[in-house]
Amino acid sequence: MATSTDERKGYQHDPGASTALVTTSTGVLDQLINWSRRSSLFYLLFGLACCGIELMQTGGPRADLDRFGAVPRATPRQSDLMVVAGTLTYKMAIRCKLLYEQMADPKYVISMGSCANCGGLFQLSYSVVKGVDKIIPVDVYVPGCPPRPEALTEGFLRVQELVKREKLKQKQRPSRAPTDTGAGYAVPEA
Amino acid sequence: MPALTAEQIHQRVAAKFGEAISALSPPRKDPYFTIAGPRLVEVARFLREDPELRFDFLQDVTATDHPKEGVIKVVYHFYSYQHRHLAVAKVHLDRAKPEVDSLDGVWKAANWMEREIYDLFGVIFRGHPDMRRVLLPDDWVGHPLRKDYVEAGGYRGISNVRDNPLDQYLSLDRAVKAPAPAPVPSAVKPAEPPKGA
Repeated sequence: MATSTDERKGYQHDPGASTALVTTSTGVLDQLINWSRRSSLFYLLFGLACCGIELMQTGGPRADLDRFGAVPRATPRQSDLMVVAGTLTYKMAIRCKLLYEQMADPKYVISMGSCANCGGLFQLSYSVVKGVDKIIPVDVYVPGCPPRPEALTEGFLRVQELVKREKLKQKQRPSRAPTDTGAGYAVPEA
Repeated sequence: MPALTAEQIHQRVAAKFGEAISALSPPRKDPYFTIAGPRLVEVARFLREDPELRFDFLQDVTATDHPKEGVIKVVYHFYSYQHRHLAVAKVHLDRAKPEVDSLDGVWKAANWMEREIYDLFGVIFRGHPDMRRVLLPDDWVGHPLRKDYVEAGGYRGISNVRDNPLDQYLSLDRAVKAPAPAPVPSAVKPAEPPKGA
């Protein structure tokens, strides 16, 4: 069995020297699994607004997300990654949560664009959710309105970095629960 | 047949229905007249069937809310592709109990537009085949485009508030600014006596 020190050593994030540092069998296995996982992150097509157009562009031949092993899937059952691209309304939020729950673990979420991050331009609207993280845990936020394909590609590479650091033993990925202090958007009294 | 002007259209409708049709509004881009609520369907059928009017297309149905006057005005835009002319009409409804007959039987196009008005203004269209919300979820509370609408505070447990990340910087600003006014007089006062002395 690996000691905790060995394990930590094995998971130091250093792309160049990672092979040399892995000393345990679980480490090798982890590395193999993580390598295969991050190289086949299938993403769920979930375009909600204009960000969806940029999402399509990112999957297209110019940005070509396919070269990282990311293929769009039309069903949550086959998806590992959910790219929430666009304005999320309360009506859609129910569906969004349902789709997220239908995805098999391990699952990841990219919040794409200002609207998905915090409600964006429509934050003061009565029907728009103030950020996807109000309903599902988000791994990577991509700012922009909408983000360029390069930005989304960068966000996707960050998800790959997250996958790289995962451990098999650690069954559940540390996910950030939706937090809400209830302080609201209003600026406090001066 | 040539396209009729708004005045000609109004004259023709007013001649037929008399009291139910108001005077034409002052000249503007699209002058409008008001139709008495109870006779709306009759008037609409006339607008559609009359060979000189022949409004074969219900271009738009929308509404406006006027809390001070206590009315909700439903606005109809009729267009004739045959004659290429347009008419705008309004129906005034009591804001406390807004109900009007549906035009779904005259133009099918009215169906979803009336549902939208029901959704956002709470106007009930009598005789509508499917009077449900069309945009918002079925269990939504209230009608958001009314002037006195107050948000219910989230939906199904989803919060509708989000912290402003700039707040912490604002409070820092205040922490810097708040003591500043106090020292200024005290700083000035000690500064003056030495000058005088």
